[in-house]
Amino acid sequence: MAEINQGVRETVNSQAAQAFYRTLSQAAISALTPIAAVLVALAFGALLLWLNGFNGSDVVTVMVFGSFQDMRSVGEILLKATPLILIGAGLCVAFRCSIWNIGAEGQLYVGAIAATLVGTSIDGLSVWVHAPLVMLAGALAGAAWAGIAGYLKVRFQASEIVTTIMLNYIALILTSYLVTGPMRDASAAYPQSARLVREAWTPRLVTDLRLHIGILVAVVLAVGLYIFLRRSSRGFALRVVGLNPHAARYAGMNVARNVMIAMCISGAMAGLAGAFEVAGVTRRLYQNISPGYGFEGIAVALLAGNNPLAAILSGGLFATLRSGSEVLQITSQVPQVLVLVIQGIVILSVVAFAKLRDILRTVA
Amino acid sequence: MDDMISLTFLAALASAAWRLATPLIFASIGEVFSERAGVLNIGLEGTMLVGAFCGFAAAAATGNIPLGLLAGVAGGMLFGLVFAFFTITIKADQIVVGAALNLLGMGLTAFLFRTYYVSTGKGIEIAQPVHIPWLSDLPFLGEAFFRQNLIVYSTVLVAILAALVLYRTSFGLTLRAVGEHPKAVDVAGRSVVGYRYAAVLVGTGLAGLGGAFLTLGHSNQFVEGITSGRGFIALAVVVFARWSPIGAFFVSLLFGLFYALQLMLQAQASIVVPYQVLQALPYIMTIVTLVALRGKGAAPSKLGQPYEMR
Repeated sequence: MAEINQGVRETVNSQAAQAFYRTLSQAAISALTPIAAVLVALAFGALLLWLNGFNGSDVVTVMVFGSFQDMRSVGEILLKATPLILIGAGLCVAFRCSIWNIGAEGQLYVGAIAATLVGTSIDGLSVWVHAPLVMLAGALAGAAWAGIAGYLKVRFQASEIVTTIMLNYIALILTSYLVTGPMRDASAAYPQSARLVREAWTPRLVTDLRLHIGILVAVVLAVGLYIFLRRSSRGFALRVVGLNPHAARYAGMNVARNVMIAMCISGAMAGLAGAFEVAGVTRRLYQNISPGYGFEGIAVALLAGNNPLAAILSGGLFATLRSGSEVLQITSQVPQVLVLVIQGIVILSVVAFAKLRDILRTVA
Repeated sequence: MDDMISLTFLAALASAAWRLATPLIFASIGEVFSERAGVLNIGLEGTMLVGAFCGFAAAAATGNIPLGLLAGVAGGMLFGLVFAFFTITIKADQIVVGAALNLLGMGLTAFLFRTYYVSTGKGIEIAQPVHIPWLSDLPFLGEAFFRQNLIVYSTVLVAILAALVLYRTSFGLTLRAVGEHPKAVDVAGRSVVGYRYAAVLVGTGLAGLGGAFLTLGHSNQFVEGITSGRGFIALAVVVFARWSPIGAFFVSLLFGLFYALQLMLQAQASIVVPYQVLQALPYIMTIVTLVALRGKGAAPSKLGQPYEMR
């Protein structure tokens, strides 16, 4: 009897071990795809530099490692990672629901506008009230801006790809109007808004770095969205709608509501990113407050395989490349826009490797 | 206000509208081909940028405008080949690939422009208006319609040719069938993949031409992001035009009118609206258009879907 028990236990153990190894190897394979994609993109970047008379190896030595010099430069990377993680994690939710929100850039700007309004018009609040209020205003405004495209999609079947892009341009033009007109600080030489009151500023993480608590908020929210997508029934419904809206409708799910929720979550994250840019970094609203974080966030989400948890890593990576490209421009006059090329190649390589993996899987 | 309704103003408006519609006409007619075969190319913006840059670079090197236009078409098609390989051959998501190509187009053209041209500040000789005897001298009409360069005139030819190919040739019939019922085409022994490649190449070639017009027939310089959303607006034009090339021609003209109005009203001192409102006009109208034309109506039934051979 004891021997049989022993045997059963061993079988169970080896089954558990097998399952463990299977999960491990699957995790390894799914991590391999983005790593390979990044390597291909870097190789392409090196080739591009070399072909145009620059030093190709700079891509690795400067773009990847060049910005890790001291605490300050690491802080700058994390500062850039903040909006990328926020936007990337938010877009993971939208993309999982098959909502192609290309409008994060515009949602970021609208969030920045709302944050500026709340941060400049109210005075005398405690920092414990005012700073969160600014963040909330940014998130709500971003959600509302994205909600326009969501509503037009569910009500009029207007393609969200086109409407979100048009809303990007409109948000940029709106910002330009506000900082040159009604919100302009008349005493400033450049078009910019008045400065946010001190209580509205996002608290800094370390006193002598620009890095603010936004990075913590971004990581916590990304983890939260991961749990939301994986564990909540609403997250499940979003994914079903994304995979097959007809099946979702047949199963009694409200497709329109899920589309709106996915749209608004991604918009809120982008709007929050905008609020942090104003309240945490610039303290004022400018015309070009974002160097294209909203578009970069798309690449962040795709590299993360639409997994908000992985978006923390891919956001950090893209922030590193962006910082590195700034160093590269200063040291070797390489145009900083190289980073866009690398992003594009990353997306294409992710797609290609994912297909390759599928093929290998069916062969095996 | 008197100035606004004068004939001179109207003639200048019509003339500017057609000129500003030209890149949209090329790009949207090209996209009609692509979408009729079931391929949605949201990478149009990046493709147009590549066309604008290649056209500019070739013309700056040779001083030859036709050669520049050809380079624009070739650059667009090269980009189209990448798009086709990813979306048709390895059946990747068309939207994801399109987004990647937009980033690539923006990044590559800006990178090369900053590396080689930005410091030179070099402009090029652009295509000049062609004087047509008698017609160009007509009062009002001459000024409104017959003082364009050859590229602008060619849009009419391209629209008619596109309609003929799409509706009156066996190639066009098969191409449309590929977007509606690829299985039938496959069973009939024709290559779905081949037709989709052809459609994408026609589409991106025309998008490249539209981009090249911006640098060779409109502004004499390449500027980063010179297309400023025209590739995306062309996508909306196609929906508004119900996937018809002639429709795309006229809808593009309407959008050209919005652009022209925006430019000309900005120059009017008597207008009190902030210029940003006018600036936003083409973008707002694109959304209004999409909403006004709710429903998919005439969309090819297999739009956006890769074809799986069984």
